[in-house]
Amino acid sequence: MEPILEVKGIAKRFRIGHRTGGYLNLRESILSAFRFEKQQTEDFWALKDISFEVQAGESIGIIGSNGAGKSTLLKILSKITPPTKGKIISRGRIASLLEVGTGFHPELTGRENIFFNGSLLGMKRKEIETKFDEMVDFSGVEKFLDTPLKHYSSGMQLRLAFAVAAHLDIEILVIDEVLAVGDQEFQKKCLGKMEQVTSSGRTLLFVSHNLGLVKSICQKGITLSKGEVIFSGSSNQAVEFYSNLLTKQETEGPSVSYSYDKSIGIKGVTVNNLNETLHNSPINVGDKWSIKFTLEATSEFKHFIAAVGLISIDDVPIRTMFSTPQNLKAGTYSLEFVHDDVFLAFGMYKISIGLSSREQSLLYIPDCLAFEIVETSDKSVFLRSDPRSGFILNQANVITKIN
Amino acid sequence: MAELVEYTIKPSGWQLFNWKELWHYRELFYFFTWRDIKVKYKQTSLGFLWAILQPLMMMVVFTLFFGKALSIPSQNIPYSVYVFSGLLIWNIFSSGLTSASNSMVNSAAIIKKIYFPRLILPFSSVLVALFDFLMAFILFVPLLLYYHQSVSWNAVWSWPLAIVISIIATLGLGSWLSALNIKFRDFRYVIPFLVQVLFFLTPVIYPVSLLKYPILQYIIVTSPMYAAIELFRFPLTNASPNMIFLAISLTSDVVLLLIGILYFRNTEDFFADFA
Repeated sequence: MEPILEVKGIAKRFRIGHRTGGYLNLRESILSAFRFEKQQTEDFWALKDISFEVQAGESIGIIGSNGAGKSTLLKILSKITPPTKGKIISRGRIASLLEVGTGFHPELTGRENIFFNGSLLGMKRKEIETKFDEMVDFSGVEKFLDTPLKHYSSGMQLRLAFAVAAHLDIEILVIDEVLAVGDQEFQKKCLGKMEQVTSSGRTLLFVSHNLGLVKSICQKGITLSKGEVIFSGSSNQAVEFYSNLLTKQETEGPSVSYSYDKSIGIKGVTVNNLNETLHNSPINVGDKWSIKFTLEATSEFKHFIAAVGLISIDDVPIRTMFSTPQNLKAGTYSLEFVHDDVFLAFGMYKISIGLSSREQSLLYIPDCLAFEIVETSDKSVFLRSDPRSGFILNQANVITKIN
Repeated sequence: MAELVEYTIKPSGWQLFNWKELWHYRELFYFFTWRDIKVKYKQTSLGFLWAILQPLMMMVVFTLFFGKALSIPSQNIPYSVYVFSGLLIWNIFSSGLTSASNSMVNSAAIIKKIYFPRLILPFSSVLVALFDFLMAFILFVPLLLYYHQSVSWNAVWSWPLAIVISIIATLGLGSWLSALNIKFRDFRYVIPFLVQVLFFLTPVIYPVSLLKYPILQYIIVTSPMYAAIELFRFPLTNASPNMIFLAISLTSDVVLLLIGILYFRNTEDFFADFA
């Protein structure tokens, strides 16, 4: 059978102009035309030669760290922006949900917004009419249907928006992390709806940071890194590949870093087990550990703060540690953030590092490196170390009294 | 189940109109227009009355200053009727052009998140202006009765034709300006000024014959709205229009439409990157 979606050698180039505003300024354009100056631009390839095929009824998860090109790929698939090279052959209609509630207008009522939003997503008017009651049921806002949207709570708006999107009857559905919002109960409802989408034979492309969700919803997975497909296979393997990639960054360096001041930099970021003298030994649940790195400053920084963020592999922030503000003289420093008071469940974790001076950002590295905390067989330290009972294992003081 | 469609996403190419696609999205035209009309009048207490009040008040002002004080000739019909008929059709252009030019920038959030033929946006802005025209037209009828103004049967073809021409004129310039506006935000300030200048350079409140030099007349009739206004007034004045003047104005309509749509189509793929 022919694949429903063929992506062939897609590449996307962005011209990064060296100008301040996001959009063009007429005066600048005219002036530069008179100056016969070549506009200073830099080419940036957000995607380089992406190819893959999707069979009808498959569900594919697309994962990758920040800046890997996931959003650009989604935008090309949804026809919002054209590719610079390559082509995509689609044998079905594509509907994309890059955001819930696109085009919602605060002055219109809930009913009116359902019709407008549905039409924007590509539904026919008759289709919306027949599914109207179902959508309203799903959203649970039937009481406020004729109230202008501006009087809705943000949760209600979200539920209404997802209700419309969930009833799209289109062959290929492209979803960006729209699920990362809403309360727990509603998320469960949406998840059920997504599983229904795949079981009814429609094709799903799902982009997420939530690796657990990708594993449970998608059969297949594609891992992107720096604009290239580096792995394509089952979703379990893709997630594993991605986790390994994050661990490897320790040696290869992070994929993205934002530097705002060239006179300061960091290197040699390591995660160390403080219970072991051996370098690179795995960290067991209950071990004390630290994050160490070297700081090189070639000028002076007032009110300097270094911050280390601890993030779960699904991008949930767990903890941010700040150094005490100090005036930093030029030189080389070594910093160590010691973890000896909070103990984490086994699993993969990521680290981000940020430097600032006088509340101004100097350097920010979102996915600096990833490391693993390994399950230990020694149950005497912590009775339960399952990630499902939470990231933090420290116990409360439980006082039990007989009344 | 819906029909299966096969299509390709490629680096952008050239095409004047993608009729098949526009037809496919016809309902969205309706919904955009319907939304804009609703939103436009929702917060106002007078609502649709504004569509009538605006040209009415303009008419009163122009009648007092130009008709009474300056006694500008009005081709043998009452000056009030002359001005109101001109303003009626002119407003399709002026309000349509203003909202079409800003339509892209105002919908930037939607453009960045979802695909649809972008031409729908300026087009539906013009349709909203057409709706205002129909509202104001309701007032035009009693005005004609009050002044005992006769309307010849030519109105049957010349009025619809005038409306079609004004839509073409508005769409051409409007789509061009909307594309320029998203690329160069400076145009936001150019547009009101441009509309104002065009208003006085188009024979809306005075006849072309008022200009003494023929060369000036030829310049004035290049205005894209000249033909529409002339044809709209034809059943009232019964003065047969100057065919050369009409041809000049119509040529400028077609040229503007081609430039506008071509420029729009050539840049629309990158709107999401600019917005």
